[in-house]
Amino acid sequence: MEGLQPLRRGIGPQRLKPQFQRHEFGTVQTVPLQHLGTDFAIASRQKEQTVNPMLKITNLQVSAAQREILRGVDLEVKAGEVHAIMGPNGSGKSTLAQVLAGRDIYNITAGEVLYEGKNLLALKPEERARAGVFLAFQYPVEIPGVNNLYFLRAALNAQRKFRGEEEYDAMDFLELVSEKMKLLAMDSSFRERPVNVGYSGGEKKRNEVLQMAVLEPKLAILDETDSGLDIDALRVVADGVNALRRKDRAIIVVTHYQRLLNYIVPDFVHVLLHGRIVKSGGKELALELEEKGYSWLEGQLVGA
Amino acid sequence: MGGTQENIELLANQEYKYGFVTDIEQETVPPGLSEEVIRLISTKKNEPEWLTEWRLSAYRHWLKMKNPEWANIQFPPIDYQAISYYSAPKMKDGPKSIEEVDPKLLETYEKLGIPLRERGILAGVAVDAVFDSISVATTFKAKLAELGIIFGSFSEAVQNHPDLVRKYLGSVVPTTDNFYAALNSAVFTDGSFCYVPKGVRSPMELSTYFRINARATGQFERTLIIADEGAYVSYLEGCTAPMRDENQLHAAVVELIAHDNAQIKYSTIQNWYPGDKEGKGGIYNFVTKRGKCLGVNSKISWTQVETGSAITWKYPSCILQGDNSVGEFYSVALTNNYQQADTGTKMIHIGKNTKSTIVSKGISAGHGKNSYRGAVKILKGAAGARNYSQCDSLLIGDLCSAHTFPYLEVKNSTAQVEHEATTSKIGEDQIFYCQQRGVSQEDAISMIVNGFAKQVLRELPMEFAVEAQKLLGVSLEGSVG
Repeated sequence: MEGLQPLRRGIGPQRLKPQFQRHEFGTVQTVPLQHLGTDFAIASRQKEQTVNPMLKITNLQVSAAQREILRGVDLEVKAGEVHAIMGPNGSGKSTLAQVLAGRDIYNITAGEVLYEGKNLLALKPEERARAGVFLAFQYPVEIPGVNNLYFLRAALNAQRKFRGEEEYDAMDFLELVSEKMKLLAMDSSFRERPVNVGYSGGEKKRNEVLQMAVLEPKLAILDETDSGLDIDALRVVADGVNALRRKDRAIIVVTHYQRLLNYIVPDFVHVLLHGRIVKSGGKELALELEEKGYSWLEGQLVGA
Repeated sequence: MGGTQENIELLANQEYKYGFVTDIEQETVPPGLSEEVIRLISTKKNEPEWLTEWRLSAYRHWLKMKNPEWANIQFPPIDYQAISYYSAPKMKDGPKSIEEVDPKLLETYEKLGIPLRERGILAGVAVDAVFDSISVATTFKAKLAELGIIFGSFSEAVQNHPDLVRKYLGSVVPTTDNFYAALNSAVFTDGSFCYVPKGVRSPMELSTYFRINARATGQFERTLIIADEGAYVSYLEGCTAPMRDENQLHAAVVELIAHDNAQIKYSTIQNWYPGDKEGKGGIYNFVTKRGKCLGVNSKISWTQVETGSAITWKYPSCILQGDNSVGEFYSVALTNNYQQADTGTKMIHIGKNTKSTIVSKGISAGHGKNSYRGAVKILKGAAGARNYSQCDSLLIGDLCSAHTFPYLEVKNSTAQVEHEATTSKIGEDQIFYCQQRGVSQEDAISMIVNGFAKQVLRELPMEFAVEAQKLLGVSLEGSVG
């Protein structure tokens, strides 16, 4: 039922092993993490070793239009970690991202998703956003007539209001955004332009990362943020994301090319194939996939 | 997402905020329409003989006319004998000052967000409050009079400025113009009158707030605004009515006259009761509005936000007679549930180098039916005339419809006419995108719709733009499920 995650008990100084949880006869065993990723991950890992994961997906099964898309996904993500989810087109990567964000065109047929210990699937999309879940869209949506600055302020204030924090007034917000825009080398004209209308592919993706920078989520899911970017734009976007890596923030990068992972170096890589995570590993796994493609993993599905 | 569905249903059932009835003693003439009733109205208003005759000739013409059937709207025949043509709160002689106005009336307007007492008054906005058939109060009258601006009820103007009324009444919309205008000319009861003298710029927004209260009555108001040479006035009207199961008729006529170098900006926020979500009840809003740019370099600008009424039939138009005159029409019309709107404009270019702009934004939700109907006529003498028309439709859901009926008639080869049209659908993906950023579904729809309507909303006076934005959001509550 679990798919074929290469789950090993972490013993000794092994590196780059994902932390998984697994149900065995009704009990939950957590695999301790010894491996270490980036420098700041060291600190967070040490501190978080006894802390519950931020996101815990158990046996998630999702279908749409009578078709099974996710067939039992298990994944754990802790604060401070960067996870990459790779897989070929149609493997269910974007579905997973959308389901986590609350898109309601999917049927969740089994499984559970806990976010900070609470049932994420019971929350409306805006409630998830306010709780700190952010999705950078693969295809950012155009909203004519609504300027970027207004949109962003409405979003941030909706979240702040929910958290009982003071809302930003126009002047303070302008200052905040201008600062974040510098980070992404965005022209100030972006503030007045309508949301995503007439943007190039690169501008749209940069705008997604700008929103992430302003909203400061706890869990950011980047869905194919590299698609449609040339190498310069890719670098800008990746730098932007890297600047947002923090020990109290988790990031899930969904992509089907290894290229992005040269810039946003993940702590863990998972391969999603036919709706299941069939292999997990460290950043090297991405390189292996680049070399061998996904087909070598197909065999592992036999008997699953 | 079960929670979302519940919330939507809750919101859909949310009541029209202005649907209350004021319990006040009213004098209402029995239902029915006849020369006798018209004479009665005229007598009640102590009108001069010429006006009584003017009404009667309109009535006689109306009897020969037929209800127009070309509009893209459906409703059962109206029984004109079942309507009461005059209903007014009982008052002794009409109040001399706000303090004399029945407290119940003041309270009504306060509830509507239009305080009439001097201390609560809207700063920078003079209000004429019309309750069913009569004007009950006008604020800032004295202050405006210092500048020579005449602003108040139409009835008063008939008494105090009969020459002005006689000179301009029917000069833009003749009694024979159309079925509803003829009916209005016969039975109109009150409305606002405004005259801005030469070279005067009105220092504040002038506005009229129309309220229908009594049952089984029709409201037939008449508004006349004249801007003399070089004058400027910005005028705004708002309207609401109680929630009732039966339909009520509102057939108004508005005439605007702009002399040389004068400008009139006329804004409407129409929020008559739209009927319930099954389409029961609501106001039939059959209105004739027209402005004449009589003088050179004059300008008339219409801005309307139409969110209420069961049916809206309305085409605020401009006759561009003076050379270099300018006509503008900015419209947002929203139909939700079973509302129907057939609205647009006519721009008639007569003078040289006349210019007109039309921006129409139709929003349909629920089973709403929304039609833009516009005519641009460039007459032979209108050398160098220019028109730009843009009409966009936004659909929310699968059951509503949007229609566009543009007519062009160009008789001068030097004219330039442009027409652009788009239709788009509010996407679930747009709503989800906003929600994913933390914005609630209702706020998301409101934001998307306001973005769509922005080009028009920014034409509204500041004081009302915010109100209009909120209204668009409220009117759409429950429209996406």
